[in-house]
Amino acid sequence: MHKLLKDHVGEKMLLLGNEAIARGAVEAGVAFAATYPGTPSSEISLNFFQISQESDLYFEYSVNEKVAMEMAAAAANCGLRSMAIMKHVGLNVAADVLMTLAYVGVKGGMVVLTADDPAMFSSQNEQDNRYYGKLAGLPVLEPSSVEEAKEMISYAFDLSETLKEPVLFRTTTRINHSNGIVQLGPIKPRVTQGDFIKDPFNLVTIPAVSRKLHVKLLENLERAAELSDTSRFNMISGTGSWGIICNGVSYAYVDDGVEDLGIRNKVKILRIGFSNPMPSTLIKSFLNGCEKVLIVEEGEPFMEEAVKAIAQEDGKTLQIRGKSKDLFSRLYEFSPSQVRGSIAAFFGVPYTPPRLPDLSDIPEVPQRPPNLCAGCSHRATYHEIKKATEGMETIYPTDIGCYTLGVLPPLSMADFLLCMGSSVDTGGGFSKATNRKVISFIGDSTFFHSGISGLVNAVFNNHNFTLVILENGTTAMTGHQPHPGVDMSHLNLEGYGRVSIEDVVRGIGVTHITKIKPYKVKKSIDAIKEALNYKGVSVIISEEMCVLYAKSLKLAKGKPFQVTDKCKNHRTCLSIACPAFFLWENRVKIDPDLCTGCAVCAQICPENAILPIKERSQSS
Amino acid sequence: MNTTRLIMVAVGGQGNLLASRVLGEAALMAKIPVRMSEIHGMAQRGGVVESAILFGDGKSTIISDGEADVLMGFEPSETLRAINKCNSKTTVITNLSPLMPFTVNIGRGVYPDLRKIQELIRRKTSRLIAFNATALAKEAGNVMAVNMVLLGALIQTDTIPLGIETVKEAMKKITKKSFLDTNLKAFDMGFSAAMNG
Repeated sequence: MHKLLKDHVGEKMLLLGNEAIARGAVEAGVAFAATYPGTPSSEISLNFFQISQESDLYFEYSVNEKVAMEMAAAAANCGLRSMAIMKHVGLNVAADVLMTLAYVGVKGGMVVLTADDPAMFSSQNEQDNRYYGKLAGLPVLEPSSVEEAKEMISYAFDLSETLKEPVLFRTTTRINHSNGIVQLGPIKPRVTQGDFIKDPFNLVTIPAVSRKLHVKLLENLERAAELSDTSRFNMISGTGSWGIICNGVSYAYVDDGVEDLGIRNKVKILRIGFSNPMPSTLIKSFLNGCEKVLIVEEGEPFMEEAVKAIAQEDGKTLQIRGKSKDLFSRLYEFSPSQVRGSIAAFFGVPYTPPRLPDLSDIPEVPQRPPNLCAGCSHRATYHEIKKATEGMETIYPTDIGCYTLGVLPPLSMADFLLCMGSSVDTGGGFSKATNRKVISFIGDSTFFHSGISGLVNAVFNNHNFTLVILENGTTAMTGHQPHPGVDMSHLNLEGYGRVSIEDVVRGIGVTHITKIKPYKVKKSIDAIKEALNYKGVSVIISEEMCVLYAKSLKLAKGKPFQVTDKCKNHRTCLSIACPAFFLWENRVKIDPDLCTGCAVCAQICPENAILPIKERSQSS
Repeated sequence: MNTTRLIMVAVGGQGNLLASRVLGEAALMAKIPVRMSEIHGMAQRGGVVESAILFGDGKSTIISDGEADVLMGFEPSETLRAINKCNSKTTVITNLSPLMPFTVNIGRGVYPDLRKIQELIRRKTSRLIAFNATALAKEAGNVMAVNMVLLGALIQTDTIPLGIETVKEAMKKITKKSFLDTNLKAFDMGFSAAMNG
């Protein structure tokens, strides 16, 4: 049985934040969940995927976040408890849904989980998604710890049903990827079959209906404000005259900082867990008796602006500060010592920051940039494109996935990136705005997510560029989740369809389609050259299973190679930056434990000096 | 209960996260408050994996620069890279077996001298325990047991509030049954190495 399905009420378990969130949802009786994978949210869905295989929870990896949210919205409008899970930038993709779903509302509880990534450990920006709550007029909940995340999910479903609105549940990486001790609660039975009651004049958002629904939304928002004022997740501790208002993980750093500074008896803390609408009555009463107030929040001054506005309404003139050069930055994430230091500075508490070690004599430690894996077919494709474009003026728009790592030298095969799918559309733009040869790169999962509409656009508007679709049979970067092109029989799962990328591309009307097997270097280069000469939209599908995925499925067949005595030290092989290579006594060697036998290096060696290891015992 | 802050750094694939889970489970068994956080983006692609484990009261799950009580490094250059987490009272435990970064392998970087690494760490912290944990893991029967060798050394230093038996119980619960004997042997060898070093 899946560990998150255990019915051991009261048992304590050490859980990852994302596991605690999944468990919280299971306890709340979630019956329907959909997602597109994205760090730091991915383990929530992974657990749902596993749980759905042994229970009646419906879970799907949707093609993108918009689809996931619409799936969940429909289920919630049939009375099911549903959840849509995504990383923060995924909510941009689903924003169109969210804005109007707020008007329409839900019947069963619906939670939209947005996993924000301050400091951008694995994201292209660090946007603060609390503003989506404000923009859509929806409640926002934010836990401060792993334990609280589990409790709060249950509350989120209840709140959603009380207000008949979806609830935004905002985490940050340090909640998703922290571990804490969680006490299991009872699991509510799942209601997996709902009913849809026709009510078009409340559910079909034509202007006349929406004008009415917006009134309802504003009434709901007022109701939400009252609930925020009395929510147990907006809590005051302490009784001093120095006020601190904080949220999320900042609360942990504030509480520890107040303890470390020995100022517990002087400080009153308001921890905001229900942050949209902000609890204005509670904040007014908190400000009474405060000499000055410090706002501690990562990201944007969301609470700070609200608290200042509330104080102004109430005619208060006390000092309220948060984001500023001398206190807190809008950049990156906070640390406990930084918060401690700013609390001390703001309230004038004597404090000696930790003595940092002298780093002046520490030699430079060589970096370990993440690298395409040994045997990764993206490396082969990049090498082949490079060879096929020698002497050409090129632009390489890229996309989101493992292959973005091609930006690093010596591959250097990425010139522009915005978001999922941007390679296709910016490819069209670059080709219209310049005379350069534009070659865009997109992975298979990303192509399904946001690449298809751009390709339709390119065919219709007769753009001139080459789109390389890197088809590795999985969503590799986020941990090998399936996508519509995946052969689900590899995972021993039945009941799935399969969409062929080639058929899609052909169906869109692309006439020049080339398929390459990237491990066949010369053949691929010739085919690429031919595709690049085509005027108009050409598509190259580079097909080879992700080598890590193949290994995990026990489908990897390659045998390791070695550099033989024929080597004349040209080091051409090093140009593809395969991590299986190393230099030993000024000679090139291959680590047989890392080599996957893709044989790309063997094909580019000018001396044919790289050969398969015949007997494993010969390896050095 | 006072807070004890432990940082563990490793290269992806060295078993750092499993070691964290063993310590977390051990703390749960011993009813010691514990919080952990990990940064493991791109671990499978050769990147650095860092975990922070905080025992005792408090709420934070991360450790600021200069505030680690113990730093345990699975790879010597990574231990040195994390020196900013230490202060003059920090205990440092490090494996001495290097895993060459790819940049060094292809001649685009220089790996710091191993003696120099130790000398620098020793000078800036209160205590350094350095030994070849990879060799001991091999001797125990599995090169992948470096994490268990290091756990043994960590417990020997008595720097975190967990005893031998609790950690071994957690190993029995968490690690694969088929590796348990090797893991326990690796743990004991790490324990002895720390006692002698």
